Amino acid sequence: MDWNALILFGVPATSLIASAVIFLLAESRHTLRSVFNLVAAVLKLLLVVWIIWGVYQNVDYELRFTIIDGVDFILRADALGMMFVGLSSLLWLFTTIYAIGYLEDAPNRSRFFGFFSLCVASTVGIALAGNLFTFLLFYELLTLSTYPLVVHRGTRESLRAGQVYLYYTLGGGALLLFGVVALHVLVGDTEFVPGGVLSGLDASLHPMLVVIFVMMVVGLGVKAALFPLHAWLPMAMVAPAPVSALLHAVAVVKAGAFGIARVVYDVYGIEFTFSLGLLGPLAVAAAITILYGSFRALAQDDLKKRLAFSTVSQVSYIVLGITLFGPVGTLGGLVHLLHQGLMKITLFFCAGNYAETLGVHKISELDGTGQRMPATSVAFTLGAFGMIGIPPMAGFISKWYLGMGALHANMNWVLAVLILSSLLNAAYFLPILYRIWFRTRNKPWCEEKALGRHETTLWLLVPTLATAGFALIAGLLAGMPFSPLYWADLIVSREYLQ
Amino acid sequence: MIGLWSVPLLFALPLALGILTLLATPAWRPRLSLAGLPLLLAASAAAFLDLALSGPGIYRLGDWPAPLGINLNVDGLSAGMVVMTAVVAALCAAYARSYLRDYPASASFFWPLFWFLWAGMNGIWLAEDIFNLYVGLEVMGLAAVGMVALRATPQALAAAMRYLLAALLGSLAYLLGVALLYGAYGTLSMAGLQHVAADNPTTQVALALIILGLLLKTALFPLHAWLPPAHGGALTPVSALLSALVVKGSFYILLRLWLVLGPEVTPAFTAQLLGVLGAGAVFYGGWMAWRQHLLKQLVAYSTVAQIGYLFLFFPLVTGTGAEAARLAWDGTMMMLVAHALAKAALFLSAGNLILAVGSSQIGHLVGISRFRPLSLFSFGLAGVSLMGLPPSGGFTGKWLLLHSAILSGQWWWLIVLFLGGLLSAAYIFKVFRMSFREGPQIDRSVPPPLTMDVAAMILAASAIVIGLTAHLPLHWLRAGALLGGG
Repeated sequence: MDWNALILFGVPATSLIASAVIFLLAESRHTLRSVFNLVAAVLKLLLVVWIIWGVYQNVDYELRFTIIDGVDFILRADALGMMFVGLSSLLWLFTTIYAIGYLEDAPNRSRFFGFFSLCVASTVGIALAGNLFTFLLFYELLTLSTYPLVVHRGTRESLRAGQVYLYYTLGGGALLLFGVVALHVLVGDTEFVPGGVLSGLDASLHPMLVVIFVMMVVGLGVKAALFPLHAWLPMAMVAPAPVSALLHAVAVVKAGAFGIARVVYDVYGIEFTFSLGLLGPLAVAAAITILYGSFRALAQDDLKKRLAFSTVSQVSYIVLGITLFGPVGTLGGLVHLLHQGLMKITLFFCAGNYAETLGVHKISELDGTGQRMPATSVAFTLGAFGMIGIPPMAGFISKWYLGMGALHANMNWVLAVLILSSLLNAAYFLPILYRIWFRTRNKPWCEEKALGRHETTLWLLVPTLATAGFALIAGLLAGMPFSPLYWADLIVSREYLQ
Repeated sequence: MIGLWSVPLLFALPLALGILTLLATPAWRPRLSLAGLPLLLAASAAAFLDLALSGPGIYRLGDWPAPLGINLNVDGLSAGMVVMTAVVAALCAAYARSYLRDYPASASFFWPLFWFLWAGMNGIWLAEDIFNLYVGLEVMGLAAVGMVALRATPQALAAAMRYLLAALLGSLAYLLGVALLYGAYGTLSMAGLQHVAADNPTTQVALALIILGLLLKTALFPLHAWLPPAHGGALTPVSALLSALVVKGSFYILLRLWLVLGPEVTPAFTAQLLGVLGAGAVFYGGWMAWRQHLLKQLVAYSTVAQIGYLFLFFPLVTGTGAEAARLAWDGTMMMLVAHALAKAALFLSAGNLILAVGSSQIGHLVGISRFRPLSLFSFGLAGVSLMGLPPSGGFTGKWLLLHSAILSGQWWWLIVLFLGGLLSAAYIFKVFRMSFREGPQIDRSVPPPLTMDVAAMILAASAIVIGLTAHLPLHWLRAGALLGGG
């Protein structure tokens, strides 16, 4: 095994080993567990930075071995994959810090952090998978490792949410499995190659390929929360805040959107998908989801539930970008994969801060939080502005490129969807901001806790401010090297030059 | 192959140990057994190594030619089964050593029965003629019945009685078939039968009897009714041995006979019929497992369901192309081995959970994930394989079977594999759901001895690892396989 393969293996291994050690640690070893967790997260981030630098310089990172004849297990670092790996390793670090603070004195922390690390290992596995088989392997592993997190609280409600989550994700996983096996029967092991591998197939197979595409996209659409496959996502918000952050920003919904990107770009190839006439219907599905999610978000009073429906809507921007045939639309979709992650995790962190510090869960109880918790409220405001798409926040960059991409692809109706959705975003975020900043508190907080000398404990505050800062910088400095936009541009140039 | 010193040891050793433990005082029985384990493990490994180095062949016991002497067939499949048996049985024995301390009365008879069971199984894996297969089947079956009766409660005795009747009825049908074949062709050797057996009523009746008898002993739906009380009610290590290994014995004979005789002699629809019964088992077993309130009964019904997958072999291998047949063979082998490892792990960890909460009710597992994470984790890993989720042997097996079904155009089996997986998820997660529930906080559980947790964990981890490295075992299991397809 050469050095590069070993370094690549280190990326999933850091969280996998962390998970194994944490499971074996006694429940009471809180300090040791936290130290181990953080060391592993930092180590992973360093490895990832190293590999990103290598991928930028066209170094090959690959690890492969045979599972059964004709089917290989392949890990490979390419620009698209490293985008997702970069996002999840950065956010793993912040979410771990946050979770340590959030779960202080809570039971079952060993179980929580063990499965949490396993979740991250599956996510980077999904990102690094070099063929559909390996992708599927980690995709299902993600389902298994998130279930214990969704039901973590062990209440009737969270168990119910976990059950619904399983119905959806296992059903979706089975559909994906069928698509992948059927593709294997037709063309053998399908490695991810820019430009896809299927365009050369005989025209008589095209109807079959359409069926397979639909099966795979529906299977992936469950995790990406495409309407009408989204119902698990708002229910799963009963999980603790760090888990919501993981589900909505880092791992689960992203795995679905990323999978659709892989299938469209690296299995079918964007041009071939377009020629099969599959991009149009997918664009319509994404557009419906965007509007539907926003409308539902409007009606929620529970803060986390409003954010959850907002996720349903925002993740479909990524899918929409994939369907806009042309480099600009692709750029918009891919860059949103990162931007949405940074903004949404900030918003969920803030919701967690309000709930933990003040006992506030409902939007109607948010009056005056701006005065009591200014730093958290600034972070929330930045995230909300980003979601609405106000410049110079990251969300603006995504929407700008999506709009331009729609014009380039001659899909002008998409512009109307984007504008309507931005208006809806404003309609459900601005009232929250109004309550936070412009209403004053005239009754006591629901259950206020004194957490440290600051507005809340630094364990909760620092990650919140950090991710908000990243979301701001990603927009402000979008033109700088190694910004999300810069990296998405690199992917697009590699994808469309094929 | 003549220099294979280890092959006769594969029965001689367990038989000798069976007799020795029977003669020894109860206190010495586990000690003798633990001393014998490494010997038999070494013999199994040696037999396998010889296969890997010098290929498949026939071993003549005492160097006599066929009609007088006994021929032993050492090929990839039989060597694979010998090794699988050795791994599962050794870990169950380690588990039993600790477990049986609470059942001193049952313990003294466990060890002789355990060794006779192993001898019977090795006899089946290696026998080349259909009469010695019968002998192996009887030795294994009677030892198994004895083990079910070990608990000596009225329910256990009733279950053992029912099992005994099913086993005897099955063996009788099988023996009748063997007698008919011997009368018609004057040979018992499978290779011989392959040459002379013709498509005539006698052969068909004989095969029908043999198949029926074996289906009853394998507990294929709808002939499964004896299995859940016997496997679910037995002592935990016994349940594991029976579900993981013993039901495979009769399936193995059926598979061998089918490859030798089946497609030429049996009517064409038989293969599809066996597949349909398998599908019935998958659905009915899965549904019943989901409905159980007792943990070990759930695991036992899961065996009824999982046996169903093995029977998809027949329609996928009969009358299909060479590639589809090879995939079906590989898939079935993977399913068989992965199920042996995962089911043993599932029973052993279920036993640990039951010990920990002091109740066999699934409803009493509330909050157990907090106290016994390791036992639950083994249960979960084994469950992953049984659900056919990656990365596990169950997944690789399912992948191969799906591949074979699509390639041979028999898309209806896809539905069985699809729904079967979801049904297994339903009953496995039923246990998980309960374990994650936060109930009235009784932070009290009886920790099972470490050996018992470790034995379950090793088996569960093997069920996962074998899926990731599947091409190696599959490569060996294919050695000398009679797979023409077509």
